[in-house]
Amino acid sequence: MRFIFKTKYDQDINVSRHSGDRFWYSLLIITMLTMPLLIDDFYLGEISYICILAIAGIGLMILSGYTGLASLGHAAFLGIGAYTHAFLLTHGIPFIVSIPIVIIVSFLVGAIIGIPILRLSGMYLAIATLALCFIAEHVFIRWEHFTGGNRGLAVPSEEILGISLTNSTVFYYLCLFFLVLSMFAAINILRSPTGRAFVAIRDSEIAAQSLGVNLGIYKALSFAISGAFTGLAGALLAHYIGYLAPDIFNIFLSLTLLLLIVVGGMGSLHGCVFGAIFVGFLPQLIAICRDYLPSSIASQPGLEPMLFGIILVFFILYEPLGIYGRWMKIKLFFEMFPTYKKQTFKKQKVFTKTDRV
Amino acid sequence: MQLIQLIIDGVASGCIYGLVALGFVLIYKATETINFAQGDILMLGAFVAFSLIGVLGMNYIVGFTLTVLIIAAFGFLLDATIIRQIIGQPPFATVMLTIGLGFIFRGFASIFWGTDIYSFSTPFSGKILQTGGLVISYVNISIIIGTAVLMVILFSFFSFTKIGVAMRASSENQLAAYYVGIPVKFIFSLIWSISAGVAAVAGVLLAPITLVDTSISLIGLKAFAAAVLGGFGSIPGAIVGGIIIGIVEQLCGTYENYLFEGVREISAYLVLILTLIVYPRGLFSDKAEVKKV
Repeated sequence: MRFIFKTKYDQDINVSRHSGDRFWYSLLIITMLTMPLLIDDFYLGEISYICILAIAGIGLMILSGYTGLASLGHAAFLGIGAYTHAFLLTHGIPFIVSIPIVIIVSFLVGAIIGIPILRLSGMYLAIATLALCFIAEHVFIRWEHFTGGNRGLAVPSEEILGISLTNSTVFYYLCLFFLVLSMFAAINILRSPTGRAFVAIRDSEIAAQSLGVNLGIYKALSFAISGAFTGLAGALLAHYIGYLAPDIFNIFLSLTLLLLIVVGGMGSLHGCVFGAIFVGFLPQLIAICRDYLPSSIASQPGLEPMLFGIILVFFILYEPLGIYGRWMKIKLFFEMFPTYKKQTFKKQKVFTKTDRV
Repeated sequence: MQLIQLIIDGVASGCIYGLVALGFVLIYKATETINFAQGDILMLGAFVAFSLIGVLGMNYIVGFTLTVLIIAAFGFLLDATIIRQIIGQPPFATVMLTIGLGFIFRGFASIFWGTDIYSFSTPFSGKILQTGGLVISYVNISIIIGTAVLMVILFSFFSFTKIGVAMRASSENQLAAYYVGIPVKFIFSLIWSISAGVAAVAGVLLAPITLVDTSISLIGLKAFAAAVLGGFGSIPGAIVGGIIIGIVEQLCGTYENYLFEGVREISAYLVLILTLIVYPRGLFSDKAEVKKV
């Protein structure tokens, strides 16, 4: 077991906690960089997709995991990012300029939507974002000048520094670059006063307010930052899919993102990556499940939503901290061996917390 | 005359939204959780009614009653076994749990009953009433009367029976209810069963119009608009909100040309967002002012 002696206040908020962290994360990045040498194009594409999901997951994690606000409409931000990016590219704006514009647009949309809605407490946000998701999908269908409507919109194949993005190795490096960048940005946002205000809001709104956190502004800011990350993921997703249709960005995609952060582990950035790996391999997992079930059930189309629901319910009830939480428990078990106590992670018994005054 | 016709159709479909919204409101008032699976319970109700009436050939009234009882028992068990475990967790957990349950119900329905679209015969199907230029189908009349009857039953239940008063007490103050000896856990499960029963009534009444398949669970999402408009937490508000949403939807559908194309499908959601921005208390909220920050 490692003991960290804290000699400076900064040590509490450093990016890396100790030299072990620096070693393992450097090793991870080197492994990821050499990945194209080790595996073939198909799996490289899968990993790129996982990187995109992880970026979107970071966005939702900041909102739900760190600020404690549930959004059922994040597919709308993915859609806004994807369509804005594709629209800009078709009008001859280069990739390097388009990406910052996409991030700014999604940030502003998040702020504009967030300001009126986030003034309300509790679960109204979940309901309002649900409505937004439907309205956004509808706008994508009807605003044909911008989105191509139901016909869809082809994403132009783009080049960076003369290398085409259709090359899967290049695309993989691009996604990896943006994932590392987003991760770094998210870590820094969360250790800044802004990020700690988010966590304070999540843990107790009243306590946060007493300490001078303006709830309305910080909630809207969290929504906007969350939208910006998700918009970036949307722009990359546009390249991954290649052809945008409105029905991609439906409520099911929003719920998949929520599944991602719940399975990965609420309130941890590691969870975004774990969750993205899980969601990325979910179709394969379902295919494997189909093989083991009797054919009368396995051939049913209802199997997929059912497994989706079962996984969600299972994690909420029995593993509320997700895969990352389980990893922490296993790590602690070996660190403390043989004195590990189960009670360390036990849920406290509580009464219903009331929103009513 | 066309306007009156539209309003009557709107009221009928609005009553369904109102009944589903009523389910949200009952559960929200008592436990401060929102049941995102309400629409899926409605769907289960419609499927169970189809099995009893359409497949087993039961009498409509007997089948109807049995369906409501089965779904109500199901709601009771749902709370007693699953929902109760996450009381006191942040709202996010409840939202996710009920969404997950909704997916399980929908998946179960499409595995058990298949993905075909079913219908079953009711005493009202295909009959219409014509008076002075108005054409009203018996199905719509059955929905409106059914809702009214249910409202009267619920109202008397909450006002005059001991258990109904106990329910109001436990939603008013959980801890105080414990102190005076009300079995709060049992009462909460009972509220879930009433809410599920109301959804089942809505499902059976709706079945002749939309036919029975898994997509009718989407009505649950539109009913949110009704609940928010009525001021989440008010029982008459839920029904009135539902009726307003129903009428707005009909009007938007007919006068689509004056507004913009496809406005009908999203009108309920637009009303929801507008309500939240302009008047978040809702129309009928009594004291439970929405907390503003």
